[in-house]
Amino acid sequence: MGSSDNSKNSFLAKPAVQSILAAILCIIIGLFVGYIALLIINPKGATEAIITILKNYFTYPTKAAAMKYLGNTLVKAAPLLMCALSIQFCYQAGLFNIGAAGQYVAGAGAALFGALSLKLPWIVCLLAALIAGGVFGIIVGLLKSYLNVNEVISGIMLNWIGLYTVNMLLSGVKETASPYTVQVASVNESALLPSLGLEKLFSNNKYVTIAIPLAILVAILIKVILSKTVFGYEIKATGMAKDAAKYSGMKEKRNVIITLFIGGALAGIGAAFLFLSGYEQWSVTQSSVPSMGFNGIAATFLGGLDPIGTIFASYFIQHITSGGSYLDKNIYPSQISDFISAIIIYLCGFVLFFKLYLNNYLRNRQERAKERKEGGKR
Amino acid sequence: MVLLIQYTLLFASVLILVALGGCFSEHSGVINLGLEGIMVMGALGGALTLKYISPSTPAILIVLAVILAAVVSGVVYSVLLAVACINLKADQTLVGTALNMLAAAAATVIVKSINMAENPDNVSSTVQYTQTKKALVVPIGSFQFNWFMLVALIALILAYVVLYKTRFGLRLMACGEHPQAADSVGINVYTMRWAGVLISGMLAGIGGIVYITAGVSEWKFEVGVAGFGFLALAVMIFGQWKPINIGLAAILFGFFRALSNVYSGFDFLAALNIPGSVYNMMPYIISLIVLAFTSSNSRAPKAEGIPYDKGSR
Repeated sequence: MGSSDNSKNSFLAKPAVQSILAAILCIIIGLFVGYIALLIINPKGATEAIITILKNYFTYPTKAAAMKYLGNTLVKAAPLLMCALSIQFCYQAGLFNIGAAGQYVAGAGAALFGALSLKLPWIVCLLAALIAGGVFGIIVGLLKSYLNVNEVISGIMLNWIGLYTVNMLLSGVKETASPYTVQVASVNESALLPSLGLEKLFSNNKYVTIAIPLAILVAILIKVILSKTVFGYEIKATGMAKDAAKYSGMKEKRNVIITLFIGGALAGIGAAFLFLSGYEQWSVTQSSVPSMGFNGIAATFLGGLDPIGTIFASYFIQHITSGGSYLDKNIYPSQISDFISAIIIYLCGFVLFFKLYLNNYLRNRQERAKERKEGGKR
Repeated sequence: MVLLIQYTLLFASVLILVALGGCFSEHSGVINLGLEGIMVMGALGGALTLKYISPSTPAILIVLAVILAAVVSGVVYSVLLAVACINLKADQTLVGTALNMLAAAAATVIVKSINMAENPDNVSSTVQYTQTKKALVVPIGSFQFNWFMLVALIALILAYVVLYKTRFGLRLMACGEHPQAADSVGINVYTMRWAGVLISGMLAGIGGIVYITAGVSEWKFEVGVAGFGFLALAVMIFGQWKPINIGLAAILFGFFRALSNVYSGFDFLAALNIPGSVYNMMPYIISLIVLAFTSSNSRAPKAEGIPYDKGSR
């Protein structure tokens, strides 16, 4: 009896288990609040609507169609994962990279300009996106480390600067009749990411490319860098105690700038992963920053700030976002999915509190159990 | 030219209101990055009031009702920030960001649902209030005086008096500088921080409705308030957390924001043939430059952003 109690305790005390528990709790409460919102809008179809969001592509009756649309969800989950990793990597160094949205925009601009205007092959476009995103990150890093500018505010400013710059840059390669940039496939097929036969797994969904496995590989790479290398250690040390890191000889200014370069590059590559698959076209008249970078915040915190956890969290966030688009548009706004994601992020703010509470509870119970045992002996 | 002055004053009013909101919150020790979201919620409350109030109501009552609605929505929404950041000691940056996203999504969902309930074919995210909106302005010659300009001026004076001349204001600032010291002389730090955040909700809420009614066209709630909450934070930093300086900084930023609305009306600017995107970018570029020059010697409240824990030293 006592031993099973102890094993249960130590199971719950594991940080990974706690993170997963917290994430599941956030998801359940988030979905519940979303369900209430649906009930308020229209009580009749609410249950069906929340099921539609959760089912996403499973609404298709045949397996082939479901696989195809699973492919579409994955195509968008890959850039989301990259943005989430960007935010996460910077967060480890104590930096809140809300500028990931703008770095993503810069990457999209560079990739599409390279593909459509300069007619470059995909690998060069990908590299251009990496550099563009990275440069946006470096600006934030320089401002932060040398001029003490809050990275959140400078990041937001750069999001808007990036948006308008990219709109201007790409207005030369838009379709004549619409505000969208021309199809990559129709102008420069060499700029499309290779699929290496992956599309066959998803009922020949031509948008499924190497972007998906690459994003997962990057997540694993980030995990290794953070947990096994000196550089990763320095980044985490800078995040935990900046002055201590500086005192022990780490170049904290340099680390901040490099971290933001990597963060920016990750978000930039994420944009290339989406736009070089041909799945989406850029609208040069858009007046709001794409939500991909912001959803990345949801994914990264839901994933418990762990790269592997973030893979699953990114998939989940994209799953419900895609699911939202299947709602009956005349009854429910598809933004209900964004609403659920936002609730989930808000709840993630309580995760630390939740862990503290859980640990206190476990400790108290253990002590009580110990007392009982000793009392029994006597 | 009159148009330029009018828009400058109007956008400056928004920035003054929201930046003062940020100022109260930060002086109490809480970084309020959710200003943008609070603005959206205030805008929603105000816009819905404009939609449902009868156009025959006296103008002054419409103005007061709109302000009241914006204040209530802003304050209620800022409670979410206060609970999370003050009592549960959550990461203030994360919670602020979540509130911004939540407000944009929630406002869009609410407005769309209302529109769809009225007419299933109307899936837009705008609130119709063309008739009642006229109550907000008083034409003086070709200049359209907006009541909110007066509100911003009053808020500015009140903020100065409250912060520097009252017991409450001085105590509030003590909580942002050195909460342990404030606590040791019997000031309740949690109460003061709650007050700071709720005041910021009130001011940012009004700022939100001023912002969306500033332009000619109706506002799409899908786009939130386009980074204006963060521009206000830049104004606050440029103004070094002091009300009078904030007022001056707001006029400078308001001018650049106004330019993007009216540049086509100036022959010499139109002749330069600069794309509209450049003007749209201008306020953000200016604020980056300004921040770069002012942040290194900033006089930010010392304890801002650190959750207060009675037990720690």
